[in-house]
Amino acid sequence: MRLNELDENIWVTILGFSGGEKMHERMTQHGIYPGDKTRIIRTAPLKGPFLVEVSGRELIIGRSLAKNILVELSV
Amino acid sequence: MKFVLVGRPNCGKSTLFNQVAGYKAETGNFHGTTVTYTESKVRVVGEVIDVVDLPGTYILDGSNPAEKVTHDYLLNNSVDVIINVIDATFLTQSLELTLELLKLNKPMLIAMNMMDEVQRTGLKVDGPGLQELLGVRVLPLVASKGRGVKSLFLQAKAIVAEGQAISERYQDYEDTPISRHKKAIELAEQFVKQGERNLTFRDRLDDVLLHPVYGYIGLALILLLFFQGVYGVGQLIEPPLLTFFEGIIKNINSHISSQNLIGVLINGVLQGVMAGFAIVLPYLFPFLVGLGFLEDVGYLPRIAFMMDSLMHRIGLHGKAIVPFILGYGCNVPAIMSTRTLEDSRERFIAATLSTLVPCAARLVVVFGLVAFYLGPLWALGLYMLNLFVIALTGRILTMLLPDTSPGMILEMPPYRIPTLKAVLNKAWFRIREFLVEAWPTLIFGSAALAILVFYDLAKYFNYLVKPITWLLDLPEAVGVPLIFGILRKELSLIMLGQALGSVNYSNVLTNAQLFTFTVFVVFFIPCAATLIMLKKELGTKKMLWVTVITILIALTAGGVSRLLGWLI
Repeated sequence: MRLNELDENIWVTILGFSGGEKMHERMTQHGIYPGDKTRIIRTAPLKGPFLVEVSGRELIIGRSLAKNILVELSV
Repeated sequence: MKFVLVGRPNCGKSTLFNQVAGYKAETGNFHGTTVTYTESKVRVVGEVIDVVDLPGTYILDGSNPAEKVTHDYLLNNSVDVIINVIDATFLTQSLELTLELLKLNKPMLIAMNMMDEVQRTGLKVDGPGLQELLGVRVLPLVASKGRGVKSLFLQAKAIVAEGQAISERYQDYEDTPISRHKKAIELAEQFVKQGERNLTFRDRLDDVLLHPVYGYIGLALILLLFFQGVYGVGQLIEPPLLTFFEGIIKNINSHISSQNLIGVLINGVLQGVMAGFAIVLPYLFPFLVGLGFLEDVGYLPRIAFMMDSLMHRIGLHGKAIVPFILGYGCNVPAIMSTRTLEDSRERFIAATLSTLVPCAARLVVVFGLVAFYLGPLWALGLYMLNLFVIALTGRILTMLLPDTSPGMILEMPPYRIPTLKAVLNKAWFRIREFLVEAWPTLIFGSAALAILVFYDLAKYFNYLVKPITWLLDLPEAVGVPLIFGILRKELSLIMLGQALGSVNYSNVLTNAQLFTFTVFVVFFIPCAATLIMLKKELGTKKMLWVTVITILIALTAGGVSRLLGWLI
């Protein structure tokens, strides 16, 4: 499952990233790693980006990036 | 002795720096506010110390400009103590960088900032425990209120005196980003106890300000309030100041002859001084205070969130809204802030478009001409036209340079109550740039123009721009103010009086001409300082492109407004 397919307020665990080395690096730069728990807090209007919670802080993540974040439902 | 401040973006490094250094660094509740380092000498109990504020970064071995600057600085300079500023409310991410810094084997201490925020949100952070485990000193800090600053620097001095504080305890783990991340989570879990997380003020405010309908209404209202406020304050201050200065100039003129060169020169200088004081500052000051307030409250990333989808239509991401908003203050920092964009195509588009944003100098022209003579609604109309032109230009550039860049990622900071001191300091910091760099140019330009007029040389400039003035149905004499406008945009307004022989512009220009002139000034060639910055950031070729593009746009927009004036 990909982050952009997710509904709001559902907790998931990040499995990894697709989209190559560059994508990996960008996520790392912003302190996002596989294994982190995350949820979508809200979605911007007009098919805009997501506001995402990762380890207690909030990040704006664009749709094209969210598409490359692989997640699974947390138990 | 040299101390360097290192930390993740938005952790309060620059705030701390400003507490000790007077006001030298710009801060903002925003990722990537600082992209170069700032250095200052600070006196701590009788000793002068170099303090360096490095750009905020999440990791050291990264590829973006801020990370590179920080990394290179730490490797290539002799540093006595690294002061690692960490945000106690986001301990996990902060500690990742801390772990990376520990590997450098340099004397280090940790300043745990935002301790007031910690108390407010009910977190319990065990500083002494962390200190025990990491083997480096951990000191509490509330940089925004200056609490803990002195003891921090005294401690740093003590570290140098004792010649220790290199941690040897915390080295036995694999040095990769992912293992640091895991370690940091472990540490944070160990030393932070989450109190009850209740639905905060932030969540409730975001429910409104990020709402699909109310959010945009809120955005429109906030911007409207902002510009009305700027206009209101400017209106209050400008007329009495103008009267005051005109009185003085008249007084002086009655003592000197305007027939000789000296008299003309004095007059030109006085006009320049007056222009800066009575026309520019009344609008610049409230604008910068307002902008600083929006920045520190944390509203700018929220605008980015709301505007991302729309920005996509002009080929940019929501993050690129930053250069635009900064651009309303001054295009120079706007161009600088495009450094936070990763993609070179996006940088070019963002830089081009942000030179079209009417900066405070052009705001002065707009308010001084259009708002003053035609009313504030016309000024608002011009701003709308400007937005439309920017969007259209973005569309066209996107068609020519298709989008291949990755999406946006940006930290959403909590709301913070700005301190009056920080906001005023920031406004002063930016105004000082005007006073030191722009005002002298302005006075010089005004004097130079007076001489040109005295020797009757100005007409040659006017011939040069004749095709433009003819095309836009403007008096030939506005050629000189237009040319000097490249030096500083305010000059276009200020020199207009000189050139046309009256400061009551409605006597010498029709309403349509006033509007067309302003439209042209708003769009055509960015000012000299912006051009220099463009060259530095993007290279000569791209700078020339921007110049050509803006002239074309200015001619088109000016032509359209001439036609409109002709129809109405």
